Amino acid sequence: MKRNFGKWLGWAYYLLLLLFLQLPILLLIVFSFNDSVLLTFPLKGFTLEWYRQLLGARELLNAARNSLVIGLISSGVATALGTMAGIAISRYNFPGREIFLNIATLPLVIPYVVLGVAMLILFQALNIGLSLWTITIGHAVINIPYVMLIVSARLSGFANNLEEAAMDLGATYWGTLMRITLPISAPALVAAFLSSFTLSFDEFSLAFFLAGTDNTLPVYLYSQLRFPNRLPLAITTAAVVILVSAVILLVSEWLRKVGTERKIRRGG
Amino acid sequence: MENKRRLIVLIAPPAIVLAIFFLAPLVIMLLYSFKDSTFGPMLPLSVKHYMIFLQTPSFFRLLLDSSKLSFLTAALSILMAFPVAYFLVFYTGARRIILLTLLILPAWTSFLLRVLAWKVILGSNGLLNQLLISVGLISEGAPILLYSQSAVLITLVYVWIPFAALPLFAAMERIDPRLHEAAQDLGASPAQTFWRVTLPLTLPGMASAFFFVFIPTLGEWVTPTLVGGVSGIMYGNLIQDQFARALNWPLGALLSVVLLVLVAAFSYVFNRFIPITEVPVST
Repeated sequence: MKRNFGKWLGWAYYLLLLLFLQLPILLLIVFSFNDSVLLTFPLKGFTLEWYRQLLGARELLNAARNSLVIGLISSGVATALGTMAGIAISRYNFPGREIFLNIATLPLVIPYVVLGVAMLILFQALNIGLSLWTITIGHAVINIPYVMLIVSARLSGFANNLEEAAMDLGATYWGTLMRITLPISAPALVAAFLSSFTLSFDEFSLAFFLAGTDNTLPVYLYSQLRFPNRLPLAITTAAVVILVSAVILLVSEWLRKVGTERKIRRGG
Repeated sequence: MENKRRLIVLIAPPAIVLAIFFLAPLVIMLLYSFKDSTFGPMLPLSVKHYMIFLQTPSFFRLLLDSSKLSFLTAALSILMAFPVAYFLVFYTGARRIILLTLLILPAWTSFLLRVLAWKVILGSNGLLNQLLISVGLISEGAPILLYSQSAVLITLVYVWIPFAALPLFAAMERIDPRLHEAAQDLGASPAQTFWRVTLPLTLPGMASAFFFVFIPTLGEWVTPTLVGGVSGIMYGNLIQDQFARALNWPLGALLSVVLLVLVAAFSYVFNRFIPITEVPVST
């Protein structure tokens, strides 16, 4: 009886929280179909006008393409470097490992405004003009630790006896890496790449400081928020981005679930 | 020896990239905080902006206010996420992953856009005010929530609940169900079981939830800009302002250094309890 009551209460709370978390997002999606510049109830009527305008908004599409390219390149770089670091920390015990780990995970906890202005100062000091490249570098840096932790979590789920066996059978170290270690990590690599991509695609605070004249999508949207009559288009973009990233992340989570038989073990 | 060479090949590229683009910027930022003016020469070093900082009580006040707000954000996010994590882990069986995914799905969409959604809701012409006007609770043109600290708090809690839920969920999932059985066999009431078994075992998850909400919130400037207005600004706005508008880079660098030191101290304390590698990544 008592347990039933608790369960009922739990469901009620769950649904309430779900509503609280999803409602704002749903509102954006609903208003993207609303036939009015004003974001007010009652809704004026159904329209695809904003979506039509979206297809013709050159600057916006340009910004979206920039975000896409930055996302792909920075995630590629972060995945490569993070994987190397991940293999190193899960397969080697070396002096300075702790220090390396502490520094390499620091980008996870540093407020982006601090990293953003620090990188801005660096680029200015080195006389490197701000461009899409500076944003790409920033995004690669913040994604390296994520990739490293995802890959090392995956690898610590496997003892390295497969690798030892391969080398006993005459494979070279790098051959083993390519044919055993990397395939073992493959699901983690894909998941790490996808979550890096999403982080980069949505990231605003770093990009704001590191952007030159070319904008990423979030930076462009932010610049549009000052103009009330452009809000519907911003919201329509939001609706599209939200749906696309939800799909990407569901796929990446699914890959991670399929790929990771073991969880991150404590004290591993 | 061979082993050492391999390790170096693996670790050097990420280490070099992090050294150049992560550590070096922080060091240069520290140097920059001793610079006399934005466009002047680097040398001689000057403590001018340190003096300004020390003599401006409003900087401290804002830092303190922002810390309080971040603390509240973290505490409220955990408070709201805790019951749901508990319910999902202990009451919903195999469906819990699906239910959790549904819950945290909004977290995967752009931060900026989620804040934008709250701007639409809390704005002076926003949906909340319209609702309150239509039921006659407030009169026309009296925005109650936008551009205030509470608007920032609500939006931040909304943004961070999913991130607080994940570590709590992970910590509770690790609890061996046999411990609950053992507690009951030994005569503990459900409440005693909760207070003396479940809650203590959830503490590491709570600590990491707190950490991962508190730290990024402390550096916030986007949410305050969009929904906080003048009365809702945070310490991060101060930094952003020095670079985007006031163009006082040395002061901005100094303000960042202060925040960085605070974060580093907090991370150090946290790290003594929970190694960062054990914090659940993304799920």
